[in-house]
Amino acid sequence: MAKENQSDLENDWLKTELPEKTLSDIERFAKEHKLTSAQKEKLITDTKVKYEEMQITPGESVGIIAAQSLGEPGTQMTMRTHHFIGIAELNVTLGLPRIIEVLDLRKEPKTPFMMIYLKSPHGKTRESADKIANRIKQVSLGELAKEISLSMSEFSLSISFDKQELSMHSVSMEEIYESLQKSQKEFKVTKRADTINIEQKVRDIKKLYRLKERIKESVISGAKGITHVLVVERDGEHTIQTFGSNLKSVMQIDEVDETRTITNNIYEVADILGIEAARHVIISEIEKVLTEQGMPVDSRHVHLIGDLMCQTGTPESITRHGITSQKSSVLARASFEIPLKHLVDAAIIGEVDKLTSVVENIMINQPIFVGTGLPDLVVKMKGEKAKPAKLKPSEAQQSPAKQDVSLGKSKEVKEAQSEQSSDAPRAKGASELKIESEQ
Amino acid sequence: MGVIDPGLRCKTCGGRMRSCPGHFGYIQLAKPVVHIMYANLIYDLIRSFCFNCGRILMAPEKAETWKAKIDQARKENNVDTLHIIQKSIFSLLKKNHKCHYCGSNIPELVIEKPTTFHEGERRIWPGELRERLEKIPDEDLQVVGIDPQCARPEWHILTMLLVPPITTRPSITLVTGERSEDDLTHKLSDIVRVNQRLMENIAAGAPEIIVEDLWDLLQYHLTTYFDNSVAQVPPARHKTNRPLKTLAQRLKGKEGRIRYNLAGKRVNFCARSVITPDSFMSVDEVGVPTAIAKELTIPERVTEWNIGALKEFIKNGNIYPGAGYVITLESKRKKITEDTKEQVLAELAPGWIVERNIINGDIALFNRQPSLHRMSLMAHKIKVLPSKTLRIHPAVIVPYNADFDGDEMNLHIPQTEEAIAEAEHLMLLDTQIVTPRYGLSVVGEREDVLVGLYNLTKDGAVFDKEDASEFLLASGIQQLPERSAKKGDKEVYSGKDIFSMFLPKGLNYTHEDMKIEDGRLASGTITKTHVGAEEGMLIHYIFTSCSPKIATNFMNQLNLLGLAVVRRYPYTMSMSDLDLSAKATEKIKEIITDGIKETRKIINQYKEGKILPIPGKTEKETREAMILSTLNKLRRPIGEIVEREAKEDNNIVLLTKVGQAGMLNLSQTSAFVGQQALRGKRIHKGYDKRVLPHFTKGDVSPKARGFITHGYGEGMDPIEMFFNSIVGRDSAMDTAMRTPKSGYMQRRLINALQDLRVNYDGTVRDSGHKIVQFTYGDDNIDVSKSDEGEVKVYGKGKSK
Repeated sequence: MAKENQSDLENDWLKTELPEKTLSDIERFAKEHKLTSAQKEKLITDTKVKYEEMQITPGESVGIIAAQSLGEPGTQMTMRTHHFIGIAELNVTLGLPRIIEVLDLRKEPKTPFMMIYLKSPHGKTRESADKIANRIKQVSLGELAKEISLSMSEFSLSISFDKQELSMHSVSMEEIYESLQKSQKEFKVTKRADTINIEQKVRDIKKLYRLKERIKESVISGAKGITHVLVVERDGEHTIQTFGSNLKSVMQIDEVDETRTITNNIYEVADILGIEAARHVIISEIEKVLTEQGMPVDSRHVHLIGDLMCQTGTPESITRHGITSQKSSVLARASFEIPLKHLVDAAIIGEVDKLTSVVENIMINQPIFVGTGLPDLVVKMKGEKAKPAKLKPSEAQQSPAKQDVSLGKSKEVKEAQSEQSSDAPRAKGASELKIESEQ
Repeated sequence: MGVIDPGLRCKTCGGRMRSCPGHFGYIQLAKPVVHIMYANLIYDLIRSFCFNCGRILMAPEKAETWKAKIDQARKENNVDTLHIIQKSIFSLLKKNHKCHYCGSNIPELVIEKPTTFHEGERRIWPGELRERLEKIPDEDLQVVGIDPQCARPEWHILTMLLVPPITTRPSITLVTGERSEDDLTHKLSDIVRVNQRLMENIAAGAPEIIVEDLWDLLQYHLTTYFDNSVAQVPPARHKTNRPLKTLAQRLKGKEGRIRYNLAGKRVNFCARSVITPDSFMSVDEVGVPTAIAKELTIPERVTEWNIGALKEFIKNGNIYPGAGYVITLESKRKKITEDTKEQVLAELAPGWIVERNIINGDIALFNRQPSLHRMSLMAHKIKVLPSKTLRIHPAVIVPYNADFDGDEMNLHIPQTEEAIAEAEHLMLLDTQIVTPRYGLSVVGEREDVLVGLYNLTKDGAVFDKEDASEFLLASGIQQLPERSAKKGDKEVYSGKDIFSMFLPKGLNYTHEDMKIEDGRLASGTITKTHVGAEEGMLIHYIFTSCSPKIATNFMNQLNLLGLAVVRRYPYTMSMSDLDLSAKATEKIKEIITDGIKETRKIINQYKEGKILPIPGKTEKETREAMILSTLNKLRRPIGEIVEREAKEDNNIVLLTKVGQAGMLNLSQTSAFVGQQALRGKRIHKGYDKRVLPHFTKGDVSPKARGFITHGYGEGMDPIEMFFNSIVGRDSAMDTAMRTPKSGYMQRRLINALQDLRVNYDGTVRDSGHKIVQFTYGDDNIDVSKSDEGEVKVYGKGKSK
């Protein structure tokens, strides 16, 4: 191969610009040690050499490395860590169960959790933060009402309220009345000074009783699903941490800083903020567990998993329903779980396995296309052994004068070299190994 | 249909056992039968097409758009979408009850799982199903994503059964001479029997009920022949009441064909034995017993340069190191025996292959299960040793996660030149020192070696000429340090200078209080943080700034050095190392009593209802949290006392300084164990309102809830021991539950990520060439080549 060609190939994948962080590190180092500009220049070139040496090799099976890097510490992680954030506050699932939860992409985490930041003036004092926190917390009618009494004779419910309690949650009687009127259309809702009356149109005591229970649970104010709120001071800023999550409602509150507020519910984030944000949550949730458990894992591995899970635009789980189901190869899917179903379904559709991924090639005893199985080495052979002796006719035609032999299949090289007779049929087409000719 | 006995000839093709692959046969079924795997598909199809004209139950225009969708997905080879489209089109079609072509009304078809179909009251027998399916035209099948070339729907109703050759279901001859047939053969004989009876009954014109009963029986046998674990079908059983292993069972699961034989394969040229440590090898070596070395071979091609050496192997024959076979230029295998030896030696010429025994320096792959990461399988150089265990250097047990309490490991000998070269360049221990998980060394010194190095490099440690030369000689250096001092009239060498003899020339490095200037240890003492596994910064630095070879060599030498020092200045520990002075014991008692007093205060507060609940907690929970944190806080002041008490000559303290033991171990042993916590709370479950019957009900004092005031050294009282055991059992349970969970997680991860690789253009793509990342990790850095995943800036020191 010509020389320029080779350098072209290298430049294709080699990154020559230093990462930003390294550049700023150099800047800092130069300042600390008071380097002259010449020294600094030398440092930069030296670091560049080092950076180039660190580049990843094409063909590296980064996926497996990432999976191992996350799976291996998994065996050492503790299972039951309901961890407390801060002194003694909300407890959040951490440890192995949480990682599994993220990879499984459960619709609802076991412990939904939100971290709500407030816009600048509101987060300054505890009082204002408390006020907002109270507004965020889900308040059901049962909590708000002083008393809910059921009158057997009149077939009605009367709910009485405490004005003070109402103002604490900044809810007015009017609001409750309206929401009840809207939701309970089969009943006649009337309002008096501090009580609301619900009268039944058709007399049915059982129904009324059920209504009483149901009405207790109905959410009057706050974000639905957020059952606990806690104001926590962090770096002089008051933030609200919640148990339960409802990103959509919380972000609609004016005082909330929607740019920093976050939840650990991946689906919610994907729905409201989009796939990029969901990817970020997946990565940060996994990394949170790893740091909490004191397991150093390079972020590249976690990022790769995050990128893969979000590749299609909707979050895909690492289960048989998610990423594995999207593989184009039947054998790859069958080798994971429920093989029969995959084989049968594939037969109906008439699937063709292109043998492009790893497992299929292992199954049929062929080199896999990662690592050293990827490159096709082209060797120019000279002299006696260059005779196109034992190659198949089609290959021999491709390289009439100088013979090229693919080293990707060493067997053939050996066969050619030793001039052994080799008529072992090999699945040539399947592997799609290219034998390039020089012209 | 094939041969399974040696010596016999196949009646079909005349081949022998090896040459005849076996031949398929068939059984003509008396009546058509539903193929169980496709029962659901048949159900979907019958409901989606007109029983009268066989056309799809959909307007032609609509069908056209669906077909376009299917074709698109097919063109993109987007199998997943293809399946999804198919599913949705079937659910759409079952709602239509009128044919667009012939106007027939489609009656509701009900499937009675697994294989019975009803239309209202009328049973639809497979024969009628088949007739209906035959009517469906090819074009309409394509609309629902079925490729008529591959799978005409009527094929899912069997009229004939394919019978696999006997090589697929060989019978076994028992010791008693009896023949035991394979499960599949049993099933097939059932089918033949019922089929025969059915045929006879039909021919004899038997009443419909009898025929139908037999038909159902045939259906049952065929169902279980394909899959013996179908819901609602009782599994067919062997005489011994063991469920038969039929076709589906052969494929399914971990022990099934796919995962056991296809995705994982058995190999030759391997060995397995118990491992034992050997500190006097190189870290990249593996000790192989002669008994194993005698068995394992490598095929080596004869060239004009190695012909002499290979002839020696042949001469030895079956005496180690010998050779068992040669392969001639004509690919003929020849056994080397006393008789053939002379002839083989005479004929041997370049191009032949000699299968010689493994010898020192050959490459072997060494593995310990579970193989959780790539360092679980590394290449080592073989060192043939006496005795019967595989030997491994103790510095490399961390990546394998091995210990020597009976662990066994596997050894594989790569056979081709390509494999050997790959193993040597990509898998040799040298190249695997830095883990790709976080970019630090996973190989490092441990135990005695660390103690030795610590004692050697301690501040002010000096050694006379005799000691110094002994240490250096033991580690392969035949030269004394240049610098020396006078102590009295003797010449002495500082330990730091002796250590510096092993450092690469011109090395500059600082880590915490250790400083290396120009290849000389200027200050600091060598501990686990510098040369230990998983944190050894110095080893990692040498690995990245010099070379992997230098790093391994450095570790080898340090290992010998450390052992030499320990040999000369041994250490031990005694019970008295745990003793504290009377004053300290007094102080500790005081701290503990104070702590208990404090908890009493909290309990009283709680009883009086004066406790201030932490937001989000009840008063009771608050009390518990407060008590727990009070009692846990006691550990620190007591630990400090223990640390202060420890004298320089205390050997357990030495261990903590070296990094082999934690301070907590020491203070728990010599002072007190402390509060036992179970899932973040004090132990509170057991009898009604108390953990053990030794306490009164409602007792929440520290003692009653698992506070241990004694140390392991002096011994706990029975109650304390019980509490300690509760926690111990809980953690044992936790480990037992965690292992399968994390194993499954890893299997799923590997399965999802195994096809990702970096391409020549720098992108990370999956097997379908879809891009996952444009640049690996945004900066293209290989973590195992990096400094903790970064490009670190060292300034002057970094240049070579």
